Amino acid sequence: MRTSMAVAPPTAKWDARPRQRSRLLGKAARSTRERTGVHLSHAETIQPSRRDFLFLATGAVAAVGAASVVWPLIDQMNPDAGTLALSSIEVDLSPIAEGQIVTVKWRGGPVFVRHRTKKEIETAEATPLSELKDPQTDQERVQKPEWLIVVGVCTHLGCVPLGHEGQYEGWKCPCHGSVYDTSGRIRQGPAPLNLAVPEYKFLTPTRVKIG
Amino acid sequence: MDGHSTYVPKSGFARWLESRLPILGLAHSSFVSYPTPRNLNYFWTFGAILSVMLAVQIITGVILAMHYVPDSKLAFDSIEHIMRDVNYGWLIRYLHTNGASFFFLAVYLHIFRGIYYGSYKAPREVLWILGMIIYVLMMATAFMGYVLPWGQMSFAGATVITNLFTAIPLVGTGIAHWLWGGYAVGDPTLNRFFALHYLLPFMIVGVVVLHVWALHVVGQNNPDGVDVKDVKRDTVPFTPYATVKDMFVVCVFFVIYAWFVFFIPNYLLDADNYNPANPLVTPAHIVPEWYLLPFYAILRAIPNKLIGVLALAAAIGLLVLLPWLDTSPVRSGKYRPMFRFFFWLFVICCVGLGYLGSQEVSASATLVARILTLGYFGFLLVVLPVLGLVEKTRPVPTSIADAVLPKGAAAAE
Repeated sequence: MRTSMAVAPPTAKWDARPRQRSRLLGKAARSTRERTGVHLSHAETIQPSRRDFLFLATGAVAAVGAASVVWPLIDQMNPDAGTLALSSIEVDLSPIAEGQIVTVKWRGGPVFVRHRTKKEIETAEATPLSELKDPQTDQERVQKPEWLIVVGVCTHLGCVPLGHEGQYEGWKCPCHGSVYDTSGRIRQGPAPLNLAVPEYKFLTPTRVKIG
Repeated sequence: MDGHSTYVPKSGFARWLESRLPILGLAHSSFVSYPTPRNLNYFWTFGAILSVMLAVQIITGVILAMHYVPDSKLAFDSIEHIMRDVNYGWLIRYLHTNGASFFFLAVYLHIFRGIYYGSYKAPREVLWILGMIIYVLMMATAFMGYVLPWGQMSFAGATVITNLFTAIPLVGTGIAHWLWGGYAVGDPTLNRFFALHYLLPFMIVGVVVLHVWALHVVGQNNPDGVDVKDVKRDTVPFTPYATVKDMFVVCVFFVIYAWFVFFIPNYLLDADNYNPANPLVTPAHIVPEWYLLPFYAILRAIPNKLIGVLALAAAIGLLVLLPWLDTSPVRSGKYRPMFRFFFWLFVICCVGLGYLGSQEVSASATLVARILTLGYFGFLLVVLPVLGLVEKTRPVPTSIADAVLPKGAAAAE
């Protein structure tokens, strides 16, 4: 950087200005001043050169361009249209006997459909909320007390819990020992949440649509 | 510790090439005239073993990719096709699966060597961090490779590891769906894991180049942990001294590797993984591969999901900070009696956690795992910083030559 350029008259055409006067390259200008002892007036320092304009303009285009290309590159990994289209199933409840748990596949993973016995419903309903890690009443988790429908994925790390096992005879996860009760609520172990209740509705008394 | 090349091109072609691309001179200064400390022991041969294992994994892996199909309906069968139909397919697959284990065996010995001899201390911090990046890339590669056969363990492993991200508040589930390309581990997951499993080894190669570059800038550490002062007295040239020693050790290592490949090829694999993946059933007893067991045990030892996942990440992440956690000015464990005691306790913690990670959950096992987890973090966060302040170290030799050559010889040379 030449000192001679820094003392050009302020009336000179802006596009002929040396680049060290710009605010953009203020650091360079400062170091030039420090080295040379030449001080630029305020008006001089903020006059941009044509190169500064191009730097800012192309920089802005590049930043916007990069950002708009990055999103498709990231978003392509999200569930695709085909996966989203398969997001509901219908289940016939008539063959499921009382006390039985049936596992159906929904969105690539298991859903438990449990035909609960009277005793199972009673224990689930009688459990005080103070004993629960993720407090929820049994009524909040079912539409009809005899049918418990929950996503069969342990809320710890995603293993499939085993039915009729564990101290509460709900489910027990074989991976890290989380125990769920007959309402699918977490009672022991590392899992933080109750088994999720998917969106579902009864089409007829014996037919349910999940998703 | 300059490896200034004494290379003089002999043939006309070498002279022609050297004046256009000095690659022969680079190779000569890196692997022929490069000065290596004369006191290096056999623990300094794992760099060579690891380079060879990386090459083995890439060669066998590229071949397997020619026969493997990354589709959830075909993947399992394509592995059996490799095992039964492809010429020598069984050999190439067993070399690859056992190769991963031996790669990790070598990297663990390499890392423990680095800790024992303080190889991470100034000026080798960047060298150490690059090594840790390689280690993390290796774990990611191995994990995704384990998913590819699409057996029951592959599926359970993919599910558990990707579910670690669901511990992150708010965005965790979204990240998991993004990783899966669906609402559970499935076809899109398998396909992208295959693409990344093919990509990452080449990224490892890139970081290995940086690792070796950084090594050649600062020079190798050595068992006495003192700097090279006189290149003539303290070092010997890489070729033939290190070259021959490395080749010998690679042969010994390959004997053990071959014994696994030919006689007990499934010893380190899990029988459950010879059942095709079933998203509706998780195997009764899931375990990761042996090289990830200590971290798995730490995860299981902690009853809270988020804290468990953070501890797992910290167990790996803290190793990166070793150069700053260890406050002792003395590098080598050889001259640090208290450090040596705690180092072996740390090794016991790591091995013990590995054993517990392979066992089923029980109250007593969880208690022991918690104690060992405390030991693991205690070594890194308490022992290393404090030892530097309180430990009385033994006198360090003035030079490498003084440490290993007979008194008279050192003076005479």
